[in-house]
Amino acid sequence: MKLKVSDLEFGYSSTPVLKDVTMDLAESEMLGIVGPNGAGKSTLIRCIDRILKPKQGTILLDEQEIKNMSPMEVARRIGYVPQTGSRTFPITVFDTVLMGRRPHLGWRSGDADMKKVVEVLKLMEIEDLAMSDLNELSGGQQQKVLIARALAQEAGVLLLDEPTSNLDIKHQLEVMEIIKNLVTTRRVSAIMAVHDLNLASRYTDRVIIMKKGTIVDAGSPSDVLTPENIRLVYDVEAEVINGNGNGRMPYIVPIRSVRPDESGRWGDE
Amino acid sequence: MAPTSPDESCTTTEQYRRFIGRKVTFILVLIPILFILAGLSASLGSANVSIWDAYSAFFYKFFPGYFEYNRLADICVWKLRLPRILMGILAGAGLGIAGAVMQGVLKNPLASPYTLGIASGAGFGASLAILVGAGFIGGQYLVIGNAFVFALLVSFVILGLSSRRGSTPESMILAGIAMMFLFNAMTMTLQYFGEADAVKGAIFWMVGSLGRATWEKLLPVLVVLGLCVPPLIIKSWDLNVLGAGDETAKSLGVRVELTRIITMVFASLLIAGIVCFTGTIQFIGLVAPHICRMVIGGDNRFLIVTSGLVGAVLLVAADTAARTIMSPIILPVGVMTSYLGVPLFIYLIMNRKGGYF
Repeated sequence: MKLKVSDLEFGYSSTPVLKDVTMDLAESEMLGIVGPNGAGKSTLIRCIDRILKPKQGTILLDEQEIKNMSPMEVARRIGYVPQTGSRTFPITVFDTVLMGRRPHLGWRSGDADMKKVVEVLKLMEIEDLAMSDLNELSGGQQQKVLIARALAQEAGVLLLDEPTSNLDIKHQLEVMEIIKNLVTTRRVSAIMAVHDLNLASRYTDRVIIMKKGTIVDAGSPSDVLTPENIRLVYDVEAEVINGNGNGRMPYIVPIRSVRPDESGRWGDE
Repeated sequence: MAPTSPDESCTTTEQYRRFIGRKVTFILVLIPILFILAGLSASLGSANVSIWDAYSAFFYKFFPGYFEYNRLADICVWKLRLPRILMGILAGAGLGIAGAVMQGVLKNPLASPYTLGIASGAGFGASLAILVGAGFIGGQYLVIGNAFVFALLVSFVILGLSSRRGSTPESMILAGIAMMFLFNAMTMTLQYFGEADAVKGAIFWMVGSLGRATWEKLLPVLVVLGLCVPPLIIKSWDLNVLGAGDETAKSLGVRVELTRIITMVFASLLIAGIVCFTGTIQFIGLVAPHICRMVIGGDNRFLIVTSGLVGAVLLVAADTAARTIMSPIILPVGVMTSYLGVPLFIYLIMNRKGGYF
């Protein structure tokens, strides 16, 4: 097991955001986290990367408690890709990706680091943008740069916070294919918060579905992305083609939103 | 993944090396500019000293065998003009560096050494000494000591207040602006009840001038610079990472709050150490980092050093103009920096392509 999260709890002052979250991530696995806004997807990812400090629970990375690692140690082993990369002051793509080398060295960057940067720029097919200003790139290009920075970290685990949310469909597919490719060819494990259920269905090996800070269900996409779960979590009536655990890739067609009290029936049962 | 062909990887690496080379060139161009400007400044003034006399007077001290002794030049340059020019270089460099650091930490192009009310604190400290005669140390360092202590006091109050909100840039800026209003009000209260002559003295102090520079005062400023600039340069890459946002910085292993506090403490100390000797010299700390960013981009590893050099050039140039434009009247350099800096700044903003504000 690459990563193991048990009984994780997190809250801002008194309001709990995550409760009793237990999950794991296998070597070379792509795990999707789905759920409505405010379900705690991003919070979970940030807790795993120690960006937020959980109140309770353990997170084991390669059997080691992550709490006892220094920030640099965590940064060498877990890469994080935020939603957007915009910044106040201009910076080149090359310098942005070079920051991914920060956990590996001190003040100076050496030839080996520059080589690594060129390598990941090539891998992401953005080498021609190396000297461009990050702020002037399109959303899709920026997202690729942020993934490249996480790759330059050479971490075994990648955490991605809705990497496709600002992208058009071509770039959505492209980014998902790149990540899928990394997971299979480089033995990277990835956890990805994702809004689009069809992207989750198509590209992830396993899906966790969350609501109000707890995990409602976990398993293969066809087991988890069922009309029942979608109604329970999103208050949305959906039709699922190839659904209900027959092992094929499910397609989710949302039909209409239902009022929470309408779906309240299942709550009492 | 396909193996990378060596020439291709060379081109991007080469491009990046050239990009770094341009930044180094900028530094290497600024140093002789500063040197020439200092010589020019030493030759200008009411006494007639040529630029060559100025340089010989300077180098005579170090290599007496090679340069001619000229008594007038020696007195003018060594006793009168050089301390002032050197103070201009040190103060300009410190203010430029502090400005670059503060803009980087606060992620705000409007931040300057004065955004956080540090100058207001110094102004109040000095006013208290001049108008009331109260202070922490007596004697000739009464005003300087007071200005220094109150400037630091303001910055520690700001850091203390904002640390309760995670030391975010927004909380620092808002706490700083609040401090600025508070200390400005307190200064005005003192002035309201003060004697006319003393009030004039306090205002003269606040306008900012290099006229008070002496050889003895250069040493403490040099010490403050020596103490504050190296840690800021060491932290410059972490400042770059901070610019990508707190979450990203944390995910890259940077201790975000600690880095912000350390850099702000050293930048505040730097400003306090300068402002207490010169008064509040405006604008250098705001404009120098912007000029540098337009030329070399936003990499703090180079931005901090170049902002220091550009700050020094600007302040020496402004002071030379302040001494000569209405000669024999010497204008306060604190207003001259704005008169010269604003047109330059507006020209740069209007002419740059691709913006960040």
